[in-house]
Amino acid sequence: MKYVIIGNSTAAVGCIEGIRSADKTGPITVISDEPYPVYSRPLISYLLYGKTDEERMKYRPDDFYEKNGVKTLFGVKAEKIDASGKQVLLGSGESVPYDKLLVATGSRPFVPPMAGLETVEKKFSFMKLDDAKELGAALTPESRVLIIGAGLIGLKCAEGIRHLVKSIEVVDLADRILPSILDEEGSAMVQKHIAVQDISFTLGDSVAIFHGNEATLKSGKKISFDVLVVAVGVRPNTQIAADAGCRVGRGVTIDSRSATSVADIYAAGDCCECRDLTTGTDRILAILPNAYLQGETAGINMAGGEKSFDKAIPMNAIGFFGLHIITAGNYDGEVWTEQSGDTYKKLVSKDGLLRGFILIGDVARAGIYTSLIREQTPLDTIDYELIKRKPQLMAFTMQQRAVKLGGAKQ
Amino acid sequence: MKRVYVNEKWCLGCHLCEYNCAFANSGKNDMVDALKDVTIHPRIQVEGDNDVSFAVSCRHCEDPICVKSCIAGALSIKDGVIHCDQEKCVGCFTCVLVCPYGAVMPAPDGHVIQKCELCTNNSSGEPACVKGCPNGAIVFEER
Amino acid sequence: MAIDYNISEYDVVRDPQRCIACRVCERQCANEVHWFDAETGKMRSDESKCVDCHRCVSLCPTHALKIVKNPDTFRLNGQWDNAAIGEVFRQAETGGMLLSSMGNPKNYPIYWDKMLINASQVTNPSIDPLREPMETRTFLGKKPDRLERGADGALRTDNLPPQLELEVPIMFSAMSYGSISYNAHESLARAATELGTYYNTGEGGLHEDFYSYGPHTIVQVASGRFGVHQKFLEAGAAIEIKIGQGAKPGIGGHLPGAKISADVSRTRMIPQGSDAISPAPHHDIYSIEDLRQLVYSLKEATNYKKPIIVKIAAVHNVAAIASGIARSGADIIAIDGFRGGTGAAPTRIRDNVGIPIELALASVDERLRQEKIRSNVSLVVGGSIRNSADVVKAIALGADAVYIGTAALLALGCHLCRTCQNGKCNWGIATQRPDLVKRLNPDIGYKRLVNLVSAWQHEIMEMMGGMGINSIEALRGNRLMLRGIGLNEKELEILGIKHAGE
Repeated sequence: MKYVIIGNSTAAVGCIEGIRSADKTGPITVISDEPYPVYSRPLISYLLYGKTDEERMKYRPDDFYEKNGVKTLFGVKAEKIDASGKQVLLGSGESVPYDKLLVATGSRPFVPPMAGLETVEKKFSFMKLDDAKELGAALTPESRVLIIGAGLIGLKCAEGIRHLVKSIEVVDLADRILPSILDEEGSAMVQKHIAVQDISFTLGDSVAIFHGNEATLKSGKKISFDVLVVAVGVRPNTQIAADAGCRVGRGVTIDSRSATSVADIYAAGDCCECRDLTTGTDRILAILPNAYLQGETAGINMAGGEKSFDKAIPMNAIGFFGLHIITAGNYDGEVWTEQSGDTYKKLVSKDGLLRGFILIGDVARAGIYTSLIREQTPLDTIDYELIKRKPQLMAFTMQQRAVKLGGAKQ
Repeated sequence: MKRVYVNEKWCLGCHLCEYNCAFANSGKNDMVDALKDVTIHPRIQVEGDNDVSFAVSCRHCEDPICVKSCIAGALSIKDGVIHCDQEKCVGCFTCVLVCPYGAVMPAPDGHVIQKCELCTNNSSGEPACVKGCPNGAIVFEER
Repeated sequence: MAIDYNISEYDVVRDPQRCIACRVCERQCANEVHWFDAETGKMRSDESKCVDCHRCVSLCPTHALKIVKNPDTFRLNGQWDNAAIGEVFRQAETGGMLLSSMGNPKNYPIYWDKMLINASQVTNPSIDPLREPMETRTFLGKKPDRLERGADGALRTDNLPPQLELEVPIMFSAMSYGSISYNAHESLARAATELGTYYNTGEGGLHEDFYSYGPHTIVQVASGRFGVHQKFLEAGAAIEIKIGQGAKPGIGGHLPGAKISADVSRTRMIPQGSDAISPAPHHDIYSIEDLRQLVYSLKEATNYKKPIIVKIAAVHNVAAIASGIARSGADIIAIDGFRGGTGAAPTRIRDNVGIPIELALASVDERLRQEKIRSNVSLVVGGSIRNSADVVKAIALGADAVYIGTAALLALGCHLCRTCQNGKCNWGIATQRPDLVKRLNPDIGYKRLVNLVSAWQHEIMEMMGGMGINSIEALRGNRLMLRGIGLNEKELEILGIKHAGE
């Protein structure tokens, strides 16, 4: 069995490890247009922050490919999938035949059309290692940085470079920060915490036009800057899969086995859309754990095993300047909140199930809440009042604990 | 594989496991030196009250969601033991987000995580919580 | 009142250099001696509540605690020591009887320590138990007067009265479920089963969970008749009629209602929360003839398949009483010495009533031999056996086997603080409080009991081998193997032994 993987990030690694759990020998080829062995993309902000370095950013040890019998084609672009001929055509004109193929092409930064953007000399995205390296090289202690986008990427970027630059201004069309993971109270709290670091926000506003180093916002406000970072969002790389005949919605459509609509082609990671357990709808859940789990699921199924992953939920663990935030699920339902000082907790339940939560400040043991969502534990089988106060296994029955902690069978 | 299991029926809630854990991971030879006037950050945590109590530490899952979710590749399985490379960890706490037992926790400095590694990463040689449990409430065995 | 202020007998000493304020002592003390002072971040203690059970000392991970005799004292007085004065204060305040528990702690002579064991030299070679067979198995019960042969000439064995078979001549003495915890009972039951010996229900009935240990259980019938019914009698390997107990001869028992939990109430067949009062006498026994009626009632009820034990406290006329019991149809007589333990007894009774078991045993064995009724019964003694040497001496004085109670509880964790009557046993033994009961894990407890008795068994074999004796039955009543030391003529006469050097 010949395996080919397009892409070389988390989903690809999951796939390789999934394949090898079922098939120790079948040749695997990884095709990636990046010139690096797999590294952790979310760590690029920590790289600039100084908390990690290129060596420690490696997502797997140096001998990972060799040990797993993987042939790597780095710096090579996969141009086209010939689904009937079962081969991948490369930019070089060569082709790589496959029996089973994984599309793990990830996503790319979305840069909305903005007038005068071409006049900006130093402008960057913030997604890949090269983005971070180039941005880092452009910064000086005198730099004034303008970041478009107050989402996860933009704010992680702000944190990563704060100590390297003179000032940072964040602009977002939304009227609050991190709207994809926080509610209004949470956004306000986190914004306050970040603002203390002398990072200023202009919210509910957007750039009308750039004139070189000056941005004029729709409100008329003018911002002078030296370096621009555009972190508005990402778009999935679906073209190659679509061209091969795979069904594509917002992302490549996959089932719980990570299979696409085309035989022997699988897909995983940020290029896909999948079923969100908390809403029951198909959507892109571009988060690292899902990428790994979808990749692993694909790998096992590609190698002839049986694996289903149907517990994808939106979830995030993130922190800014020492303030930790953990969120999961969605916030549609009956709400219970608790707020004091620098901590905030929100639990959302609906139809007798926990659907989502927000923890800011005190995030200890958050996974107990997450598992209530993932496992769809009926809240009437646990002591919900107790677990509201803090995540704890005491809220479960002795029998449930015997399974969790005592090794008892279900 | 031998794992730490909890016999809730026999847990006294004495919290000695927490102190033995903190001592084993302190790198010191004397418990007084290690723990006097110190707020401990054990990798095993006792829940409960005088009537019902039990200790919770890493289960070393066969299919560990923390390892699969780690954004830094810092968590890995070494001979069945889930190990954290604290050099690689950036303290994002995604593992805290996903561990269904609440058994992964921030290290005292808050910048990386720590977890039970069955005392394979310290000089105890065998799980210190098990060795020090006065009532056989925590055991280290195959099940 | 200030006048009643009693000096604490013990003082809690905490080494501030070592204490890490982990609060284990606080969590483990049911008497609430220790507490954490959040303001100073230090542990503190109130020694007046301390019973010196050593739970905190044993669990303190840095060994920062010591319990010491309190040097605070009333003016020293040979006649009126602190305890004597304090007891007067307490009674003057309360008007009540003083209660205590476990065995008589007073400084009476210990005859075990005034007897020495023989060993063989040259003429009668000693035996190495590691190389040669050494029998510690024994049988308790009435033995036939003579051998009989059947029509085919073979020895008859079908005419033997019922017997208890012991792999080692040590049994666990009667401790009721109620006076001790479920987990203590489970430990005893499992250990007896593994050791091939017996434990005893005491007057508390048999918990339904423990019927499976029936073949290693002695079920007790006492004056309160708690928990006695047909199934109970049938469950045991033997039935013990308790007339008296060494710690409180002549009086009954009183288990306070607080200890009658739902489980205990079911097992004893009395209402939950009601006091369990055992009368001083059996109201149907005023003579040996009456006793005989009960013995035979129980035999009749169990088809003559189980030996009947009659247990008495060692008192002044013990030899004559035993002689009567040996004629009552009983198969085994158990005698409990004045140091025998209890879960609660009036202090004055415990400390002043009864006689030492060594003297009682010697005189009973001698009397039964003189009257040629020794083989009517087996003799079991208890109430002070501390170690294997005491066992060997007891058997050489004429016992068939011994009962151990206090030693068994020590193996389970008892530290002899002698406050069982409070029901707050920090070691999970003499309590029914669930949070305390769970401190005794029977998996650990039973193993420790097995260890203890196995160790004693090895030592017994070693001592027997040294005497050139290879079976416990050959040691029984073999008083030539004992010599007295520091005993007067009368004591030697009663013990039936020569003085060392003779």
